[in-house]
Amino acid sequence: MTATTAQASHGHAHHEELPFIRKYVFSSDHKIIAIQFMFLSLLFLLLGGLLAMAVRWQLGFPGQPLPFGRLLGEGVAPSGVIAPKFYLGLVTMHATYMIFFAIMPLLVGTFANYLIPLKIGAPDMAFPRLNMWSFWLMIPAGTFALLSLYAEGGSPAAGWTGYAPLSNTPVYSGVSTGQIYWCLGIAVFALSSLLGSVNYITTVINLRAPGMHWFRLPLSVWALFITAILAVLAVPILAGAIIMLLFDQVLGTHFYLPSGGGQPLLWQHLFWFFGHPEVYILILPAMGIVSDIIANGSRKPIFGYHSMVYALCTIAFLGWVVWGHHMFQSGMNPTLGTTFMASTILIAVPTAIKVFNWMGTMWRGNLQLHVPMLNAIGFVAMFVIGGLSGIFMASAPVDMYIHDTYFIVAHIHYVLFGGSLFAIFAGIYFWYPKMFGRQMDETLGKWHFWLTFVTYNATFFPMHILGVAGHMRRIYDPNTYEFLRPLQSLNTFISVSAFLLLGSQLPFMWNFVRSLARPKMTDINPWRDNGLEWTLPSPPPHGNYATPPIVLHGPYEYSRPDTAEDFLPQDQPLPAHQETR
Amino acid sequence: MQHWWFPENASSYGGQLDAMFYVILYITGIVFFVVEIGLLVFVVKYRGRPGRKAAYIEGSTRAEIVWTMIPAITVVLIALFSQRLWSLVKSPSQIPADATPIAVEAKQFEWHFTMPGPDGRLGTDDDIFRKDTLHVQVDRDYVVELQARDVIHSFFVPAFRLKQDAVPGMTTRAWFRATRTGTFEIACAELCGVGHYRMPAQLLVQSPAEFAAWQAAQGQ
Repeated sequence: MTATTAQASHGHAHHEELPFIRKYVFSSDHKIIAIQFMFLSLLFLLLGGLLAMAVRWQLGFPGQPLPFGRLLGEGVAPSGVIAPKFYLGLVTMHATYMIFFAIMPLLVGTFANYLIPLKIGAPDMAFPRLNMWSFWLMIPAGTFALLSLYAEGGSPAAGWTGYAPLSNTPVYSGVSTGQIYWCLGIAVFALSSLLGSVNYITTVINLRAPGMHWFRLPLSVWALFITAILAVLAVPILAGAIIMLLFDQVLGTHFYLPSGGGQPLLWQHLFWFFGHPEVYILILPAMGIVSDIIANGSRKPIFGYHSMVYALCTIAFLGWVVWGHHMFQSGMNPTLGTTFMASTILIAVPTAIKVFNWMGTMWRGNLQLHVPMLNAIGFVAMFVIGGLSGIFMASAPVDMYIHDTYFIVAHIHYVLFGGSLFAIFAGIYFWYPKMFGRQMDETLGKWHFWLTFVTYNATFFPMHILGVAGHMRRIYDPNTYEFLRPLQSLNTFISVSAFLLLGSQLPFMWNFVRSLARPKMTDINPWRDNGLEWTLPSPPPHGNYATPPIVLHGPYEYSRPDTAEDFLPQDQPLPAHQETR
Repeated sequence: MQHWWFPENASSYGGQLDAMFYVILYITGIVFFVVEIGLLVFVVKYRGRPGRKAAYIEGSTRAEIVWTMIPAITVVLIALFSQRLWSLVKSPSQIPADATPIAVEAKQFEWHFTMPGPDGRLGTDDDIFRKDTLHVQVDRDYVVELQARDVIHSFFVPAFRLKQDAVPGMTTRAWFRATRTGTFEIACAELCGVGHYRMPAQLLVQSPAEFAAWQAAQGQ
C-alpha cells in the first residue's frame, strides 16, 4: 500500500472501528453480506443435497429402510422406510431449497453483492442498509423453509411448482401447516430478493467509476445487472401469486379453485410467468462468471464481447415470452402452444452464440487449466447438453411424450447443476483468495472437479434414458407400472452415482474450511486478472477504494502484442497512449 | 435393452412423433459432438506453455454471423416441422369428426372411464362404465374428454406417446387411433398427491370382433 492510499484509507477510518457485531453480523459492507449469503446458501446446498440422497435411496432401493432412517421418526419413515407422503416432501423441499435458498442466493446474493461494487470501482452498494436487510430477511425466509420440512401434518407435498388445487387444498394433499410455511418462506424470500435487486440495478447505473463505460463492464457485471432487472420484474409476480395461494389456504378465497369460480391454470400462468425468467436468473450470472474466467484462463480477450452482451439481453427479453412451454400439455389452447414453441426455440440462437464465443475465446489461447478454469470449461461442456435437451421439449409434439418424465429432470439438472453449480464452484475457487486473502488448495480442487464431473454425469445422463422410456417424475415407486420395472437396475445405478456425487463434495468442503487457516497469500493478483478488484488488497477494506479508480479500457486486454505481460488491469494505460473503446 | 428406450409405438401418430424426436436427436447430436470434441481439442492443443503468448483476437463479425444464422435456420426448420405435428395431435380442428367419444374422469387415485355402447354416443342408456380399465377397438379414432374431480392429473399413454392434463373445472380433449391390439398401460403424469405413483389403468385395444363381443356382453 502506498503512502497516499494509506493516508486516504485513514480518511475512511470510521469504517475500521466498527464493533464486531456491526462489522461481521449486522454489516452493511457488501463484501461481508456476500460472504454471509455464501455461508447460508452453502448450508442450504448441503441440506438440499442430503434430501436428494433420501429421494435417490427410495428410487434406487424402493421399500428398503433408509440408513439411519429410524432417526426421522415413525411418522415420516415407519421402520426407517420413507413413507410416500414424506417422499413427496423430500422432492418438494429438495427443489425449493436448491432453487430459492442455494443456487439463487449463491449466484445473486453472493456474487452480485461481492463483485458488482468491486468490479465497477464503487465504494459499496448504492443502499448499504437495504442490502443488509436483504440478507437478514433470508433468516426468517430460511426458517420458514426449514420449519415446513418438519411441520405438523407433514412437509409440503405439491412439488416446488406448487400446482393448485393440490397445493391449496389440505384435504387433497394431506398437508396444511407445512404448505403455509412454504408459502411464507417464499414470500419473504421474494422480498429479500427484491431489495437486493433494486440495489444492484441502482449501483450499476450510478456508481460506476470514471471511465467505466457500459461497454467496458466485465460480462459478469453485465449478466448480474440484467439478472437484477429480471428479478425486479419477475419476483413480485411470484410473491403476488403465492400470497393468493396463501389466501386460498387460510382465508378461504378461491383464486385457483374452480368450486368458487377460480382457475387452476391461473396459478400455472402466474407461476411460470415468474418461473421462466427465474430460469434465466439462475443461469445468466453463471454465464457472466464463466465468461470472465474463460477469458482469464485462456489469456485472451473474450471472443465477440458485444455479441455476448447482446446475446445476454436477447435471452433476457425472450425469457418473458416463453413461459407457456411449461404448459403445452396443460389444457392451454393448443394454438397458444404454437406461439410459445416459436419463441422458445428462438432462445437456442443467442445461447448458441454464447457457447461458440466461449469456444472462440479458448481457440488459439494459452490455456491455464487451474481449478476455476476447469470448472468453467466443465460449465460449457455440461450446459451445452442442458441447452440441447431443451430443444426436444421446445418442440411441443415431442414434449407431449417427454413432458413430466425424467427427461425433464435430466434437463433441469444439466442446466442447474452442470450449468449454474459448476459456475458457482468456478467463482468460489476464483474469488476465494479475494474474499479471504488465502488461496484454496489446487490439488484438492482438481480432485473435487474431476470426481464431481464423472459422478455428476453418471448420475444425470442416464436420466435422459429413463425419460425416453417414459419414467414419470415425482413417483414414489416406479414398480407400480409394468413398463417401468425393467428400469430398476438403471435407477439403482443412478442412486449409487448420486451417493458418490455427494461424497465427491467432501474435498471441496474440507478445502473450503481448511484454507481459511492457510497462510495469507502475498500475491495481490494471483490469477493475473484485469478486474479492478485485483488492484486492492485481499480482503479489500470496508469502503473498497480509497480514491475512485480511473478506468482506461475494457476488461479483457489479455496478451496484447504490444505489452510485455499477458494482462493489463483496467486502471493501467494502454501502451499506445490512447484509449480505445 | 429395448426396455431402456421408447415403448413400442401403438398409435397412428406415434411413429411421426418418434421420427421428430430422432431428427432433433441427430441435429443436437452433431452439435454435441462438435462442441465437446472442440473443447477437448482446444484443451489439448492450446494448453498453456511457459513463454508462449495467446493470440490477441477480439472476435470476428463473420464468425458471429455464421454461428447466428446456422442455428437460427435450423431451429426455425425444427419449429416448422414440429408445428405440423403439433397441429395433427392437439389442434381441436384436427380431431377426426367421426371419432368415438370417451369420457374420462380422473380422481385421486383412480381413472373413471365412460365408454359409449353400440350406438357410439355418450349420455345414452347403453353407456359402459369402468374403473381403471378402458376398452377400445383397433384402427378406430377416439376422442377422450378429460375431467378431473379434485386435483390436476395427466392422462399418459406411453405406447401412444399421448399425454394430456385433466384439470378441475374444465374439459380437455385429445384423440388417438390405436394401430395394434394388445394391453397397454395408462399412467398419471402430473403430481396429484400421495398416491400419484399408484394410479395405473389398463388400456385394452381389441380387434373388431373381440370388441363387438365385449360390447355386446355388457348389454346383458
